[in-house]
Amino acid sequence: MSETVEKIQSIEAEASSAIGSAGTPAELEDARVRFLGRKAALNEILKSIAQLPPEEKGPVGKAGNQTRGRLEALLSRRQEVLEAAALNDLLENERIDITLPASPTIAGGSLHPITQTRREIEDVFVGMGYKVAEGPEVERVHYNFDALNHPPNHPAREWTDTFYFSDDVLLRTHTSPVQVRVMERQPPPVYVIVPGKVYRRDNDATHTPMFHQIEGLAVDENVTLGDLRGTLLEFARAIFGEDREVRLRPHFFPFTEPSVEIDVSCFKCKGGGHLKDGSRCNLCKGIGWIEILGAGMVDPNVFEHVRESGYDPEKIQGFAFGMGVERIAMLKHGVPDLRLFYDNDLRFLDQFGRGVA
Amino acid sequence: MRVPMNWLAEYCDPGMDAAALADRLAMTGTEVERVVRHGAQTTEGFVIGKVLTREQHPDADRLSVCGVDVGEGEPVTIVCGAPNVDAGQTVAVARPGAVMPDGTKLKKAKLRGVESNGMILAEDELEIGGDHNGIMQLETDPALSGRELAAGAPLIEALVPGEDVLELEITPNRPDCLGVYGVAREVHAITGNPLASLPTGPSPEGDETFSIEVQDHTLCPRFTARVYRDVKVGSSPLWLKQRLSAAGQRPINNVVDITNYLMLLTGQPMHAFDMDKIRGGRLVIRNASEAEKMTTLDGVERVCDEQTVLVCDGEGPSAIAGIMGGAISEVSDETTSVLLEIATWNGPNIHRTSQKLALRSEASGRFEKGLSAELPLEVQELAAKLMTELTGARLTSATIDVAGEIAAPRAVKLRATKLRALLGAEISAQRCAEILQRLAFDVAVEGDDVVATPPHFRAADITREADLIEEIARVEGVDSIPATLPAAPAAIGRLSGSQRLKRRIEDLLAANGYHEAITWSFTGAQQLAAISADGAAAPEHELLTIANPLSEDHSVMRPLALPGLLQAAKHNLARGADAVRLFEVGAVYSGTADEPREHTAIALLLSGPAAAGTWRDQGANGDFYALKGVVDAVAAQAGVTPEYQPIDATHHTYLIPGRAAEVLVGDVSLGWLGELHPLVAKRFDLPDTVVGELNLQALSALLPEPVTYEPISTFPPAREDIAVVVEAERTADEVLGVVREAGGKLLSGAGVFDVYEGEQVGEGRKSLAIRLTYSAPDRTLTDDEVAAARAKITERLESIGGLLRG
Repeated sequence: MSETVEKIQSIEAEASSAIGSAGTPAELEDARVRFLGRKAALNEILKSIAQLPPEEKGPVGKAGNQTRGRLEALLSRRQEVLEAAALNDLLENERIDITLPASPTIAGGSLHPITQTRREIEDVFVGMGYKVAEGPEVERVHYNFDALNHPPNHPAREWTDTFYFSDDVLLRTHTSPVQVRVMERQPPPVYVIVPGKVYRRDNDATHTPMFHQIEGLAVDENVTLGDLRGTLLEFARAIFGEDREVRLRPHFFPFTEPSVEIDVSCFKCKGGGHLKDGSRCNLCKGIGWIEILGAGMVDPNVFEHVRESGYDPEKIQGFAFGMGVERIAMLKHGVPDLRLFYDNDLRFLDQFGRGVA
Repeated sequence: MRVPMNWLAEYCDPGMDAAALADRLAMTGTEVERVVRHGAQTTEGFVIGKVLTREQHPDADRLSVCGVDVGEGEPVTIVCGAPNVDAGQTVAVARPGAVMPDGTKLKKAKLRGVESNGMILAEDELEIGGDHNGIMQLETDPALSGRELAAGAPLIEALVPGEDVLELEITPNRPDCLGVYGVAREVHAITGNPLASLPTGPSPEGDETFSIEVQDHTLCPRFTARVYRDVKVGSSPLWLKQRLSAAGQRPINNVVDITNYLMLLTGQPMHAFDMDKIRGGRLVIRNASEAEKMTTLDGVERVCDEQTVLVCDGEGPSAIAGIMGGAISEVSDETTSVLLEIATWNGPNIHRTSQKLALRSEASGRFEKGLSAELPLEVQELAAKLMTELTGARLTSATIDVAGEIAAPRAVKLRATKLRALLGAEISAQRCAEILQRLAFDVAVEGDDVVATPPHFRAADITREADLIEEIARVEGVDSIPATLPAAPAAIGRLSGSQRLKRRIEDLLAANGYHEAITWSFTGAQQLAAISADGAAAPEHELLTIANPLSEDHSVMRPLALPGLLQAAKHNLARGADAVRLFEVGAVYSGTADEPREHTAIALLLSGPAAAGTWRDQGANGDFYALKGVVDAVAAQAGVTPEYQPIDATHHTYLIPGRAAEVLVGDVSLGWLGELHPLVAKRFDLPDTVVGELNLQALSALLPEPVTYEPISTFPPAREDIAVVVEAERTADEVLGVVREAGGKLLSGAGVFDVYEGEQVGEGRKSLAIRLTYSAPDRTLTDDEVAAARAKITERLESIGGLLRG
């Protein structure tokens, strides 16, 4: 090995060490000038290759150029390391207060709890094969009362109980007229639910003149009272929790027979009527059951009104049910006062905005 | 309907307490509103006492010190304040420990220095009657005199001191349960415990007749009467007063009390006439003439119409049929002869008249539900017993019965197959027959079927197979039916396109910071005038008006949702909200009662910052453009980009005309938006506010077909910006229209990105900065092509007076 090659090796060792230990960009630049600059020893050696004896020219040129390449790469890597370190130092000084509030992408709006409850109920029944039907709020006496088997002297017909525009036109008192409208339009089988606003001439602590109902109607060849029970059991469990039970109490409605009221087992005291501390459950008043809706098997007289559309009461049968959306929402969310739904106070509405997306 | 437990148990003993019975009734179709206590809280501590001695209290003029035998060997001392207390009386005594109606537990007490070991009771202290003039003297009570009343015996042997009362809500199809005996029948049906029959009275002692004429039997299917002579009007016995009071009826006198008692027992109202005040010795049941007047026994003069049915004597009206008697023939203390009317009236007619006269009574409330025409004959038999025993009267006539054709109850067939199909549960024909028999039906089993004829008091309610099924289901217990689900192979559940659109819009608005409100569908003329800048009333012919509103400000169906949203904004700003962003999706109304119209509106209100401010960004104040962005986003949910045109301010007087727009897609108006007129804003104490309303149905009609894919150009577009100065009146849409037309096919986009008005462009002019995008689907455009297109655009802009800025 020639002396010159040995010298190159020694330069490389010295330069590598200097580059590796450069702690700042300035030190690195010094090392670059010192070992790779125009006047650096390595450059001088490469420039003077022509003067070397012929047998040395090859080995020295090769060693010199290789060393130069390696040193340049080393220099460049060191440069990156130093730049990254400098950037990190800079960033370290640009810390932010991560506890300040976010810039929201969702700017805090909300769906009304009545809408949320209505949708939740709709979705339960859509999942069970129901479609959602709607109808007019300004309704004819025929659809609201006559076709629903209300006798002429039924108290709900009175002008003290119901809003009228004329003797024949009123604000619907329930969503049930849509039952008749749907059956007029469509032959059986029918599986629909009907959400909507309804109106009664009542205004006190527990009644508002406008409120919301959801009606259900299932008509087929062989729908039974047992099916009604099973359907509403599924509903109660979906809305109030998987371990709920339902109870059927006989009742009377003009448009169903038999008619029942449906109670759901209290979800606060689990139906026991008493809380863990032994006190009486204030939700179900110690009864263990909470009334949630009215229902029954569609009265044959209702089918008579739509017989022309394919509803022969000897061939088809069905069930219907109706519930107040406010009542379900109050139970589910612990809202104590019906009026809160209609004050539209943002402090109230905001509480129901968390689930909005 | 109040049902005292002791009274009920006289006919059918439920064999359980009131709370347990309430549960049983509730589960078999009789709703129990609550169980209340009438009279004393306990029956213990109330005994029969004999007053042995009475002396004046040494220190009090009005108090007596009595020695009373209460069965304890030695008489006890009781201090009594009643003026009528005296030795020799048999009295009701509350001993220490007894709990009075108000919950007070009686203790030994010293009254002016003398120890009293209880209390001698007056009627009102046990809520038996209203009499507080003196203590009850049991030995003088007509029903108790002559009975062995042992000192110290529980008071309940003579008189009920207190009891539980069921408050029932009787459904309109069960007028037969508007009497205690009807409820006893129910108890019999659900428990199987024996049902006692009602005690009837003696046969008539004379053959007195009386002329009664019924002009229209459709209004009065049956009118019966009996005549009683030698009536002694007086106080009723204590047991009767107690029952009436417990059932919620105030005792008056024996004759009136008997009529009330029998009504509460059987559900059948009746009316007692003072026979001597029936002029002309006859009764005619006829329709009133228009505006005919009569004074009812509450002293009010009533004006009848032609559908009012009157019971008239020889000279004029004596009672309003089925609703209230007349003052003229009212039973008084002097009455000695009574004609007892028990009739059946047409339910709807009674209902109508009672509405018309605004006069409701216990009688009208029962008659309007339609009572059995057989009932009057039965109840006359019951009345005879009470009238003769309690008033000393003689029944001097047979039942005078003037009746039309009374339809007999019809047999109804119940098929076991139908029962099973409807209920989804198996109940044997034998079991069905048993239930119906207990409900007093006449029953025959025919194989798997049952043929049942309802009793007369159920005939109106039970006419079809479904009615029988209901009876069986409720008595058997609907709660025992197993839960199943419909097979329903044909049921496919889904939301319609427009229902999904509505949900998307609601979600979009909520996600953009809008809170959903629900405001009343009602408004009023005053509210509508308040949203008109000049305060003018809304044109009435366009409003759907309620004939019987609850109040003036709830008398009109809202033609737009704005009044409610403004009210809600005011409510929230007054409570410290710094921004109000509201939306409502609900019906708005127009048209007339004959042709009502309604559609679903999406109403928007923005007051204050357009988006919630943060700690570093206070949020730009909401203005027209902020809400326009919301409207664009809503429309985009239906796949459309609307146009905005100047609005007809006469139809939107709540908006600033120059800052409002009609929202259109083609020829279809979707609605409007604009900045709220300052005069309107001021009335609601609102700062700058923007409002708008879109028609959901119009929007859903535009819902697009599924999107068809278009190839994406692989050739890069060319972009350049130009600035053009035009007259200030020119709208951006106009200028862009010119640009797009001139740019032709190569111009693939043009949009305003800056607007400048000021000195540099001169008064009455503005500069619009427009970004132009050129592209072609099949090649990269050359500079020459772009230049040619731009030249065309420039030329056209200049032709409308535009000046391109360097």
